[in-house]
Amino acid sequence: MAHPDTPHLDAFHADMAPTDAVPPTLPALVALALRPLPLAPLQPALALMLRRIGQCHPRLYGRLGEHASKRFGIDPTDLPFRFVLEPRPQRPSVRAVRSLPKGLDAQIRGPLSALIGMAEGSLDGDALFFSRMLVVEGDVEAVLALRNAIDDARLDLGALLFGGLGPLGRVLTEVLRRHRQPPADPLGARPPSGARPWN
Amino acid sequence: MELICPAGTRASLEAAVEAGADAIYCGFCDETNARNFPGLNFTREDMRAGIAFAHRHGVKVMVAINTFARAGALALWESAIDDAVEAGADALILADVATLDYAARRHPQQRLHVSVQAGAANPDAIRFYVESFGAQRVVLPRVLSVPEIAAIMRETTCETEVFVFGGLCVMEEGRCSLSSYATGKSPNMQGVCSPASHVAYKEQRGEVVSTLGGFTINRFAKDEPAGYPTLCKGRFSTPQGSGYIFEDPVSLDAATMLPALRAAGVTALKIEGRQRGRAYIAQVVRAFRRSLAALDAGMPAPAAGLAAMSEGQASTVGAYRKTWR
Amino acid sequence: MQLTLGPVLYHWSPERWRDFHYRIADEAQVETVVVGEAVCSKRAPFKQDYLPGVVERLEAAGKRVVHASLILVSLARERRQTRELMASDEVMVEVNDLTCLASLANRPHAIGPFVNVYNEATARFLAARGATRICLPPELPLSAVDAIAAALTDTAIEVFAFGKVPLAISARCYHARAHKLSKDNCRFVCELDADGMPVRTLDDADFLSVNGVQTLSHSCASLLRDIPALRQAGVASLRLSPQDCDMVAVAQLFRDAIDGRLDAAEAERRLGAVYPGIPFANGFLHAVPGHVRAGPGI
Repeated sequence: MAHPDTPHLDAFHADMAPTDAVPPTLPALVALALRPLPLAPLQPALALMLRRIGQCHPRLYGRLGEHASKRFGIDPTDLPFRFVLEPRPQRPSVRAVRSLPKGLDAQIRGPLSALIGMAEGSLDGDALFFSRMLVVEGDVEAVLALRNAIDDARLDLGALLFGGLGPLGRVLTEVLRRHRQPPADPLGARPPSGARPWN
Repeated sequence: MELICPAGTRASLEAAVEAGADAIYCGFCDETNARNFPGLNFTREDMRAGIAFAHRHGVKVMVAINTFARAGALALWESAIDDAVEAGADALILADVATLDYAARRHPQQRLHVSVQAGAANPDAIRFYVESFGAQRVVLPRVLSVPEIAAIMRETTCETEVFVFGGLCVMEEGRCSLSSYATGKSPNMQGVCSPASHVAYKEQRGEVVSTLGGFTINRFAKDEPAGYPTLCKGRFSTPQGSGYIFEDPVSLDAATMLPALRAAGVTALKIEGRQRGRAYIAQVVRAFRRSLAALDAGMPAPAAGLAAMSEGQASTVGAYRKTWR
Repeated sequence: MQLTLGPVLYHWSPERWRDFHYRIADEAQVETVVVGEAVCSKRAPFKQDYLPGVVERLEAAGKRVVHASLILVSLARERRQTRELMASDEVMVEVNDLTCLASLANRPHAIGPFVNVYNEATARFLAARGATRICLPPELPLSAVDAIAAALTDTAIEVFAFGKVPLAISARCYHARAHKLSKDNCRFVCELDADGMPVRTLDDADFLSVNGVQTLSHSCASLLRDIPALRQAGVASLRLSPQDCDMVAVAQLFRDAIDGRLDAAEAERRLGAVYPGIPFANGFLHAVPGHVRAGPGI
């Protein structure tokens, strides 16, 4: 409770995985294969997925509160496209884009498997964040609210993707299955650097 | 010894129940709760449903109403107490003399626990809470060694609960205004410490700089593990050099101290982390369940395998071993 | 409105500590002086020999003397010191931890700024058990001071008005840690920093001060400009916390501001000359970050 005990994201959580686990990046070939795909056909599938989430998990919006009106950029670093998520309870939207627009409230960047693992609750968001696997920019509070809301919702992204995304969904679900075990910390237990250490 | 587990959401509560918790602690989503974080905690309806779920599985629920009531606005804390009692809470975890006094008078049958935020660090302080409010358990601040805990147990009949895993306050709980000095938001009043709303990360000459309320709390090289800018766990500079002047980024893991804590007469073991996700809660609770089973069977505690859950992949037994000081 | 000199929080040499209080007795316009060691039980024995002389001199000068209890009581030594303080009916104790309450039952005492009095119900509970003076935690906003003072008309409510603000207490000693020493073998290195050890951010901004097991602000509280609001709220006394500067002059400036002989802006300008190089802040009272200087005239 830092408070109370300590604050909500404890510093320096390392990643949860054994250090010899497979790095979580999407196989380069898959990424290459996805690159030329037009984004337009993705839109209806994404919209459907978002609608399903909204229908199945009404508590999610209660947890998001004021942050539901914010614009989140989601950047899977091993995919050739990114997403702009606007969770608004009225007209939720998620768009696939080649590059993220300016003026977003917050951005979340990381390997797809890390993003999916966190969304499904199989990976600890704090741990990913502190291992630098996930990078957060902008409104940290909004990202935290989104993370907590999604963690409570217990999303089954595999089912949602599979049901909504057609062939791409199957590719991603396969990636998800293969990488469901937590990704490795590519950094190992590196000693902190920066200021002159004395303790 | 009972295993007391955190829950910031209903999904976490259910995960903790399934992982083998004896009791769950949680709080409402407002400033009565010392973990008043965005997207976290229980509405009144969540609380009723969560308690019902836990009770169906034979697990107790303790409701933490452990901030200090705002002057002129006591009704908010009083209604939290009334609603928690009505929802069937097995115990209330309180820190403020005002809330303890109200709960003791209004709900004399309700079991009351003294929160770690009250900082009751010795038998005389515990006696005050027992005699004044009929407190039945005290959560000990993380400043005591095992022999000191044993000494306390010899002088009190009050049950004790101690933290065994998770984030570690290096300052005495309940008496720290570092966060409000930098941000205007404090653990005692708003139920937040180093709040996310005041956190920013920026790139600077190839490094990531974390700031809180405009103060630089830490600086990380390109691939160095990053930290959340918790004030007392930042890097600062002094005339003697710079570094982690208060505490290294480590978290508490007292798994190896379980035999000693049991011998000291501790009633319950508490896991920190209501703000953490389901993945953390399930894994940590399961590991401690295994350790306790081994302890009961007279076997050496199995390695918890939780190093990865700890800050900086490093853990400490904290004040339980006196050399920490 | 009265003035209270708080306990010296830093580890000054015993002679310096004694001479400081002698001068306060002889020259300072304060009604109450809090003596004793509140921060570290290891330091207490140093003051023991000079304490009776200091108390005598202060009382002879007509000051009310109050004895501070330790903020954090966990070791056997700390419990013993606290019990000894409580043993004499003659002394007025300032309670800095609720540990003391079990034995002070219904004997008049003061409550120090380290006890969590955040609301009128807690203040009333303590007053009913013998608290005649309550110095509120420095973190409290004016709205809380207002509500508490309004509810407790028979108890002297005091507010932390000058000095680096105590922000945290720990079982660990950060002075010892900075000097790579253990707390048990600390060699009392905290004595090197009469005004606390400066803690700066990595980009060299002033931030905090370390005083052994205690952490304080770098900035110095000054509620000079807030005196009208505090008077309006019914605050009975302002606390001046000793820093490494001319505290007689500090007390005089607050006295003059209270009595209307100096306007607040001028008093604060002169305060800056008495305690130079340290920024003044009053953010806590204005419900903004504590390091901020806010309110009238800013």
